[in-house]
Amino acid sequence: MSTMIPAPAQPRRGIRPAQSKSPQVPRAQRESPFARGGALIVMGVFTLYFLVPIWWLLVAASKNRAQFNTTNPLWFADFSLFENIGNLVAYRDGVYLKWMLNSALYAGGGAFIGTLIAGMCGYALAKYRFPGRELIFNVVLGGVLVPATALALPLFLIFSQISLTNTFWSVFLPSLVSPFGVYLARIYASASVPDELIEAARLDGAGEVRTFFTVSVRMMVPALVTVFLFQFVAIWNNFFLPLIMLRDETLFPVTLGLYAWNSQVNQIPVLRDYVLIGALLSIIPLIIIFLLLQRFWRNGLSAGSVK
Amino acid sequence: MSAPAASLTDAQGSAARPSRFRARRPRAPKVRVAHPGAILAFVLPFGILFGLFYLVPIGYAIYESLLVIKREGTFGAATEVFGGLSQYVLVFQNGPFWQSIGRVLAFGVVQVPIMLGLALLFALLLDSPLLRGKRFFRLAFFVPYAVPGVIAAIMWGYLYSPNLSPFRALTENIDFLSADLVLWSIANVVTWVYVGYNMLIIYSALLAIPTELYEAARLDGAGQLRIAWSVKIPLIMPAIVLTAIFSIIGTLQLLAEPQVFRSFSSAVTSTFTPNLTVYTTSSIPNVNLAAAFSVVLALATFILSFTFLKFTQRKEAK
Repeated sequence: MSTMIPAPAQPRRGIRPAQSKSPQVPRAQRESPFARGGALIVMGVFTLYFLVPIWWLLVAASKNRAQFNTTNPLWFADFSLFENIGNLVAYRDGVYLKWMLNSALYAGGGAFIGTLIAGMCGYALAKYRFPGRELIFNVVLGGVLVPATALALPLFLIFSQISLTNTFWSVFLPSLVSPFGVYLARIYASASVPDELIEAARLDGAGEVRTFFTVSVRMMVPALVTVFLFQFVAIWNNFFLPLIMLRDETLFPVTLGLYAWNSQVNQIPVLRDYVLIGALLSIIPLIIIFLLLQRFWRNGLSAGSVK
Repeated sequence: MSAPAASLTDAQGSAARPSRFRARRPRAPKVRVAHPGAILAFVLPFGILFGLFYLVPIGYAIYESLLVIKREGTFGAATEVFGGLSQYVLVFQNGPFWQSIGRVLAFGVVQVPIMLGLALLFALLLDSPLLRGKRFFRLAFFVPYAVPGVIAAIMWGYLYSPNLSPFRALTENIDFLSADLVLWSIANVVTWVYVGYNMLIIYSALLAIPTELYEAARLDGAGQLRIAWSVKIPLIMPAIVLTAIFSIIGTLQLLAEPQVFRSFSSAVTSTFTPNLTVYTTSSIPNVNLAAAFSVVLALATFILSFTFLKFTQRKEAK
C-alpha cells in the first residue's frame, strides 16, 4: 500500500517548469522518431474524436434550416449563428434564458454554499479532537459511495409529503450536500493548515470561527476551488433529480429543458434547430469556468490523489 | 459520477487505525473537548443537511419498500399497510429489472476497461518525453467533460442518425440505433465524455511520482514502455482503482443517456437500465415497488464497488 502525502507538502514537477524543462529537452531527442511519431498519431486521431462532435455542433448551430441538410455538414455555409441565437432566445418568451439562469442558480448557488459547509465540516474534522469524529468521517465516506440517483426517488416521496415538489428548493436543497467535499477538505486541511498558525491566531485573540474565515480558508483555497468546481459540474449535469421533481417548465435547468424539447422534435420540427443551438450555448459556461479556474483545480485535484 | 481522485482506501485505513489503537489502550481519563461551540458551528450545517438529504431518504426508501397498497374492494380507498418483504419478492421475480442489471453489467465489463485503458494510455503519453504540445492535448481531451450527459447524448443522437448525421456514408449502412448496437452507441457517448476526466486524475497521480525514481531506470537503459509498465503503473495503481470504482458506480446508475436515446431509437425500452426501471415504476405510480428497486440497486452498487476495492487491495498486498 502506498502512503498518502498530500500535495501541498511536496513540490511537483508540474509546477516547476523551469526545473523540469531543461533536462527534458535532450531526453526528448534521445527517443526514437518512430515512437514519437506513433505517440503523435495516437493523440492526433483522438483529438479528432473528441473535438469533431463539438465542431459539428458549432457548424450546425450556425446554419439556417434550409442549409442544414444540403451543405457540407462539417463546414460553414451562410453564417447565421447570431440570428439563430436571437430566434432561440425569443422563442416562447425567452424560456431558454430562464433555463440557463435556473442552471446558474442551482449550480452556482448550490456549489458555493455546498463548498462552504463541506469546507467547514472537513476543517473541523481535521483540526479539532472530539468524540464521534471518526464516526462522522466514516459515515460521510460511506456517503461518497451512495449514488445520488438512488436518493432521488425517496427525496421525491418525502418532498411530496410536505408539498415541496415542483419548487426551486426541491432541486436546490439536496444539491448542497457533498460528502466528497468534506473528504477532500479534511485531507487538505490536515496537510496544509499548520496547527501553529491556528494557535498564533488564538493567541492574538481571534475566535475559532473568525480564524477559519480569515486564516485557514486562504490556505485551503485549492481544495475549495476543486470542490466548488466538481460540485458545480455535478449539479449542472444533474438530470434525474430535476426530472423527477419538476413539472413547471419555468423551473427547469437547461439540461432538462433541452431534453424536453428534444423529445418533442417529431411533433414540432422547429425545435430541432433550437435544441442544437441551445446545446452549443449550454456548454460554453462550463468551458469558461474550467479555463478560468484551471490553475486552482489542477493543484487541488492532485491533493486528493494518491502518491 | 462526479468526484475526482481521492484515496478512499487510504483514508479508510488511517481512519480505522486510531480507533483500534484506542481500544487496546487503557481508557484515558475523560478530557474536556476544547472549543465545543466552534466545532458545532462547523459541523452542524453539513451534518443537518447530510442527515436530511442523505440519511433520511435512505431510511424512508427502506420504509416505503416494506409497505404494500391494500384496497377495499375494486373501487375502495387505497391504504398502505405493512407488507414485510413482499415488494422484494416482486423485485426478485421481475424479469425486466434483472435484464436491465445484466445489460449495465455487460456495458460495464466492456466500457469501463476501454475507457480507463484509453485514459491510462493518454496520461502516460502526456507524462512521457515523447510528446510535444501537452497543454493542447490535455485541454482538448478534457473539453467533453464540460458537456452534460444529456447534451452529449442529444448531440451523438444526431451524429448516429441515418439521415441527419454528418457521417451519413457510415450511418446509412450501419444502424447505430438498432437493438443490437444501441447499448454500445451509448457506451461510446459515455466514453467520449469521461475519458479526459479520468485521464486527468491518472495524470495528476503520475505528476506526483518523483522523477528520480525513473531517472535511475532510464540510466539503466530502460525504454519508455518499460518504465511505464514497471515503474509508473504500479505506483499509480491506487488512482486507477479509484477511477474504476467511480466508473462502476456511474455505470450502474446510467439514466440520462438512455433516457435521451429513447427519442432517437425505439430499441431503448422503458426498463433499459435499472434507474430507468425505477423511474418508470415510480411514474405508474407504484412507489413501494420503485423504492424496493432503489434499495436493491443502491445495495448492489455499494457491494460491487466495495468488493472491487477489497479485491484490489488484497492483490496489492500480495
